[in-house]
Amino acid sequence: MPDVQSMVAEFVNKLRKRKIEGSQATAKCTVELLRSVISHQRVPHANQAAALIDAVKAVGQQLVAANPVELAVGNVVRRVLHIIREEDLSLTTAAMAGLDLLDASDDDDIDNCKGIGYPAMSAAVVAAAARSTLRPPSLQTLLEGTPESATVPYTSSSGADSESKTADKSSLTRKLKHDVIEGVNQLIQEISGCHEQIAEQAIEHIHQNEVILTLGSSRTVLEFLCAAKEKKRSFRVFVAEGAPRYQGHLLAKELVARGLQTTVITDSAVFAMISRVNMVIIGAHAVMANGGVIGPVGVNMAALAAKKHAVPFVVLAGSHKLCPLYPHNPEVLLNELRSPSELLDFGEFSDCLDFGAGSGSLQVVNPTFDYVPPNLVSLFITDTGGHNPSYMYRLIADYYSADDLVM
Amino acid sequence: MGGQKKGGARVSEDAEEQSPQRLQAILLADSFATKFRPVTLERPKVLLPIVNVPMIGYTLAWLEYAGIEEVFVFCCAHAIQIIEYLEKSEWYSHPNLVVRTIESHKSISAGDALRYMYEQQAETSQIQGDFVLVSGDTVSNMPLADLIQEHRERKKKDEKAIMTMAIKQSKSSSLTHQSRLGTDQLFIAVDPLTKQLLHYEEDKIDHPRGSVCLDKSLLESNPSVLVSNDMQDCYIDICSPEVLSLFEDNFDYQHLRRHFVKGVLVDDIMGYKIFTHEIHSSYAARIDNFRSYDTVSKDIIQRWTYPYVPDINFSGNRPLKLGRQGIYRACDAVLSRSADVGASSVIGYGTKIGDGVKILNSVIGNGCSIGSNVVIEGSYIWNNVTIEDGCEIRNAIVCDGVKIRAGAVLEPGVVLSFNVVVGRDFVVPAYSKVSLLQQPTTEDSDEELEYADSSSGTADHLSGLNLQMESKASELGPDGAGYIWEVCEGAHDEEWKHSVAPIPKDKLAEITQAIDDDDTDDESVVPTSGELKSDADSINTDMNDPNDDYCYFEKEVEGTVLRAVEENIKVDLVTLEINGLRLSYNMESADCAGATFYSMMKLAVDTPHNSASELYKNAASIITKWKELLGFYVKKIDEQIEVIMKFEEMCQEPPKELGPLFTQILHLLYDKDVLQEDAILRWAEEKAGADETDKVYLKQCETFIQWLKEASEEEDEDDEDEEDDD
Repeated sequence: MPDVQSMVAEFVNKLRKRKIEGSQATAKCTVELLRSVISHQRVPHANQAAALIDAVKAVGQQLVAANPVELAVGNVVRRVLHIIREEDLSLTTAAMAGLDLLDASDDDDIDNCKGIGYPAMSAAVVAAAARSTLRPPSLQTLLEGTPESATVPYTSSSGADSESKTADKSSLTRKLKHDVIEGVNQLIQEISGCHEQIAEQAIEHIHQNEVILTLGSSRTVLEFLCAAKEKKRSFRVFVAEGAPRYQGHLLAKELVARGLQTTVITDSAVFAMISRVNMVIIGAHAVMANGGVIGPVGVNMAALAAKKHAVPFVVLAGSHKLCPLYPHNPEVLLNELRSPSELLDFGEFSDCLDFGAGSGSLQVVNPTFDYVPPNLVSLFITDTGGHNPSYMYRLIADYYSADDLVM
Repeated sequence: MGGQKKGGARVSEDAEEQSPQRLQAILLADSFATKFRPVTLERPKVLLPIVNVPMIGYTLAWLEYAGIEEVFVFCCAHAIQIIEYLEKSEWYSHPNLVVRTIESHKSISAGDALRYMYEQQAETSQIQGDFVLVSGDTVSNMPLADLIQEHRERKKKDEKAIMTMAIKQSKSSSLTHQSRLGTDQLFIAVDPLTKQLLHYEEDKIDHPRGSVCLDKSLLESNPSVLVSNDMQDCYIDICSPEVLSLFEDNFDYQHLRRHFVKGVLVDDIMGYKIFTHEIHSSYAARIDNFRSYDTVSKDIIQRWTYPYVPDINFSGNRPLKLGRQGIYRACDAVLSRSADVGASSVIGYGTKIGDGVKILNSVIGNGCSIGSNVVIEGSYIWNNVTIEDGCEIRNAIVCDGVKIRAGAVLEPGVVLSFNVVVGRDFVVPAYSKVSLLQQPTTEDSDEELEYADSSSGTADHLSGLNLQMESKASELGPDGAGYIWEVCEGAHDEEWKHSVAPIPKDKLAEITQAIDDDDTDDESVVPTSGELKSDADSINTDMNDPNDDYCYFEKEVEGTVLRAVEENIKVDLVTLEINGLRLSYNMESADCAGATFYSMMKLAVDTPHNSASELYKNAASIITKWKELLGFYVKKIDEQIEVIMKFEEMCQEPPKELGPLFTQILHLLYDKDVLQEDAILRWAEEKAGADETDKVYLKQCETFIQWLKEASEEEDEDDEDEEDDD
């Protein structure tokens, strides 16, 4: 599979050179790459899930190493690993259910499975079952009220139980890959649809005649605000320009083009303006497991100002931005220092930059991101709905399997 | 950060769609210079590490990022090493960038290299269109797509626009007239509208005070000319294929700038034009000497070259972790608890650092081991270097495999080439260059042959080396190994200019002193030409200040007259001399009249006298004696008026001794036929409209003028006769 290799190399190269920007684009590219990795991976008869996991992990490690700051890459790789594990589990349980079915066919639960038809058996159901074997059930599972029957001892190798049915096994082999690719396709859809999912909730949060403050530029925020506008809500938006990259200017342009009342302010004016603001809405770069947010530089300042004036601080994040790691983890690289030329002109200052003869020397630091601790965040809006910062770890537990946290 | 998807990727893709041709680049993997000797005897310059990555890695990574699809790497010296490096690294198998190497051992300059390319071109036609010409020691992150597009569009409109060169603002030091990169100050003249390059001059030693001469025709043919001295040449050029053929046609073009650019600018027949493109936000610099090595390293550490910084893997390097205060550290580097690593430092993989070590502003490569209580400041330690306890290293470059034994000291500006051993407690003197290879004795002084003796293979040198090492070991202490290279006579003074070490304080003080001296010397010393003191950031024009010139001229004339009086030289000879001065200063004869008269009166004032009448006598005798000399220059009315004005000026100068005598001397001049009454009357008319303060002398001689007026009315005919007599 040389073409996959070269695709991986090219993507790694792009990540390294920081050619791809924005977590959504990166996440999407990553999933698509992983999908082709999976589809090209030859699967042995025994222990196929492990083979797939290894292949994905190998590629994933390269990708993460290429740009450790882009946490979305790691998130998506972990999501794909999780999908593989879940699908494997579902097939195992299904196979066992099939065996049971041959023996005795009056179990209610099995009937239920049969009703759906086991090839199309919802992965979520089995995943929920699998989850129950690994850890306490998630709130979501409890609310959904999924049956907890499949409490069979978990084995990852599917071959052990089904030696009697070799024909069935070979079909299962193909099935796993097929199901995994199905799952990955769903993930792709989820990532590309996250803006709409989040924007749908806009109407519940933005009310008539409110003033919204945002900082920097985020597609998610743009869609969110526009969705509220489409629903005939009239409100004002303050855009803090987001120095030194001034992406706020671009956002303001877009907003005006879509007919919103927009005001651009400097980042340093945030505190002065916050008393007039009803809500701060920010797009995140990543959301950590403790509910802390990594966002464009200046966000922490805005969050503190909002806290001081008791203004709700709302963070929009697609599910691919949920990172299962904690910010105090030394493995996590939270920030990146970009070129100082975004701040000041090299030519103008070139005489101060000499370390040589002069007494003092000028240093310029240009961090890209800011960290907002969870206690400053009022609400997270993800594609599954609004959540409290303290709930983040639960949400993350639904998306990632504990084995993959350290890759 | 949500959906921001702008970035390099899209820009370059767009450019590719628009241009059918491949984007190509020629990378000269040889500097054709000897600035990095002795290091370059053993390794080509482009493979020297800068912040632990070979220079060519930066160049290739940038070219790839900028959307170049095919690079021709032109290798001369140590071609094998370069090819080996490319093979080992990912570059030969890069998905987006095709790297081809071209070997030529005959080329001794950039001109030769391009001629070679042209010959190859005839057979293979590799270069399909416009190409980027860079050298392998360029560190940049500028986007090229726009620049190439700009060049192509210009080329479409104007066939003669064959080259676009990138320039960047960078202020040079006002004291040393040297850019940050250690190169000479650059003067360029550009048409501000079209950006056409009109003049290019690297400030050389023969213009030590920063004067620049522009061709007059430049000012005639261009409505406006922008002259600047705070630009830095990035040595990044977009060239059309004509450039190659130009090199072929002019077989004496060697240097890209000194010969080619100047040649094109001077040549009117072909009418080729060069344009400039100023880059603002991105970084570009060429590592030309040890000082620029130092400067560029620091710029990389300060992240001006982002994304080509040590914590990003851009060219097969292992990324380092960036900590606080700009300290880059490999994850497996072993630091003692008591080691103190200061700001802006880099520590490579597998390096061990002992107790009490102090590191500041330095780069330490991979696999080094540093003993305890070592001080390293502003230095560049390459790979696998062993430094024993108690050494002190300041502003030095230490190449691979060097051993520095306990207690040794490297003074600022030292360069230790590969595998040198510095003996115990040995002090390597400042600015010395040390190599295991002996300094080539028969050095071609004018040509820069980096590889002249190395292309034959360094292996020979190395095999014979052990013998020599034992005999000459004492140069670096009893247990050391290596030769300290002699500094060639001419370059001795220049050594501090291009070294890694910052310019020492005493040197700076010396230069400041020298400039002050120059300013005071100006009174007595004749300058070679009129000149303008250049401030580092001011924009110079070639207009010389006329007042300055006149002062010098006056001084000269005064000296001449004084000498003539003392030595009693004949009037014709003095006239000849003053005429010579007049020509060399490009002065009018009115200026001569003024200056001569001034000197005469000065002489009168300087002659000892007790009273005003004595002074008048002195003046009278001098005027009588030298009226012929003065008469030579005051043939026209204008010149005579000039003399009167000058006289008036002098009278106002302290001590105002001449003031009261104004009328008397004016009368004397009239009597002696130096001045005609027309001149005096015209002067009076001119002055009539002036301020009250200016009229002091006019009033003083009012009666005299009145008398003249009356006389002229009566003696009209006589006046005419008098004029004819002159």
